[in-house]
Amino acid sequence: MAEEVERKPVLEMVQADGTDGNCVTFVLHDEDHTLGNSLRYMIMKNPEVEFCGYSITHPSESKINFRIQTRGGILAIEPFRRGLTELVDVCQHVLSKFEASVKEYKAQREAEMD
Amino acid sequence: MAARGGVEEMRNRVILGEFGVRNNFRVDVIHMDENTLEFDMVGIDAAIANAFRRILLAEVPTMAVEKVFVYNNTSIVQDEILAHRLGLIPIRADPRLFEYKNQGDEEGTEIDTLQFQLKIKCSRNPHSARESSDPNELYINHKVYSKHITWVPLGNQADLFPDADLRPVHDDILIAQLRPGQEIDVLMHCVKGIGKDHAKFSPVATASYRLLPDITLLQPIEGEAAETLKKCFSPGVIEIQNIKGKKVARVANARMDTFSREIFRHDDLKNLVRLARVRDHYIFSVESTGVLPPDVLVSEAIKVLIGKCRRFLDELDSNHMD
Repeated sequence: MAEEVERKPVLEMVQADGTDGNCVTFVLHDEDHTLGNSLRYMIMKNPEVEFCGYSITHPSESKINFRIQTRGGILAIEPFRRGLTELVDVCQHVLSKFEASVKEYKAQREAEMD
Repeated sequence: MAARGGVEEMRNRVILGEFGVRNNFRVDVIHMDENTLEFDMVGIDAAIANAFRRILLAEVPTMAVEKVFVYNNTSIVQDEILAHRLGLIPIRADPRLFEYKNQGDEEGTEIDTLQFQLKIKCSRNPHSARESSDPNELYINHKVYSKHITWVPLGNQADLFPDADLRPVHDDILIAQLRPGQEIDVLMHCVKGIGKDHAKFSPVATASYRLLPDITLLQPIEGEAAETLKKCFSPGVIEIQNIKGKKVARVANARMDTFSREIFRHDDLKNLVRLARVRDHYIFSVESTGVLPPDVLVSEAIKVLIGKCRRFLDELDSNHMD
């Protein structure tokens, strides 16, 4: 009995015709506003991006359509990758600052107890 | 024209004073105890603050009872109601030590399942007084609490957790009530899940944020008006100082205000005060259910967001390889 391992798609790219990679709509599965909004924010900071937006196709389906349009002939996948990397950097920065602050608070409370 | 100006404004708002200029961002822990945490995040945008809040509520995993095997239930509480209640009990088990259960797996291995047992029988108390009507005296074990739930180690779990401290967070959660002759005998399988799937897996009682209020007095307010002004805000926000015999109002601590907007009901005062919020100062409040300490929960939430981004980066890279 052959078992078929069905791989659920995680990320798909849908390209509008005739625009050679400048405008791409990504379909991100199992995502919602949590990643959509924060990623859109990071990608909008990039001056090469002309348009960036996301929408939830239907509230019963957990997938988002993420559209990026670039100006200047840059492939749309580039700002997407850069946005993801920058978001990872931001989160790591937040994490390190938060943990430092917690450590400092705990140390301060220890000092007050003595 | 207006649209283009809007986009430029948004770009500038977003670039200036953000992570490009890393000094602007800071985190201050205001108060932390066993289950609650209040901290400030300054210099961050709403999108990311909201992402952390959403992840804290719905995507940080915990362990909760998922399958209840009912061997005997002669109590008044129906099986499914009992199972629902058992699922909502928070379990003190570190979810980072466990894996998610595979989809089709019925049995449950020791790496992804915790087994608990609840076996209790109510009987009449032979030593009770004749005329007593107090159920505490008349019956033994008539109230089923979460402290009656015992852990049954699976496989090598007894070696992995030698301290045997796997139990519900609170001992005094009332699950059901019994009368003599009734008994409950159930076996529970506890798995790892996230709040998106079912709210029982949410690790926080709640997690929320608000923006720091910004109260400005447009003109100096003195005398009687100062007293009225003080009453319009939450206690501690406005302070009255005595300068040269006159009472002068001053904004002491805008943070404590709850924005009741009472000031706008007074026609003489409503134009003298400007109520606003500081746009990038978020006051987070996280209350944990007890599974993990709240600061660990926030760290885990940030790691979940990093994990999501990395997942798509890996997907992009693997697609590019093809």
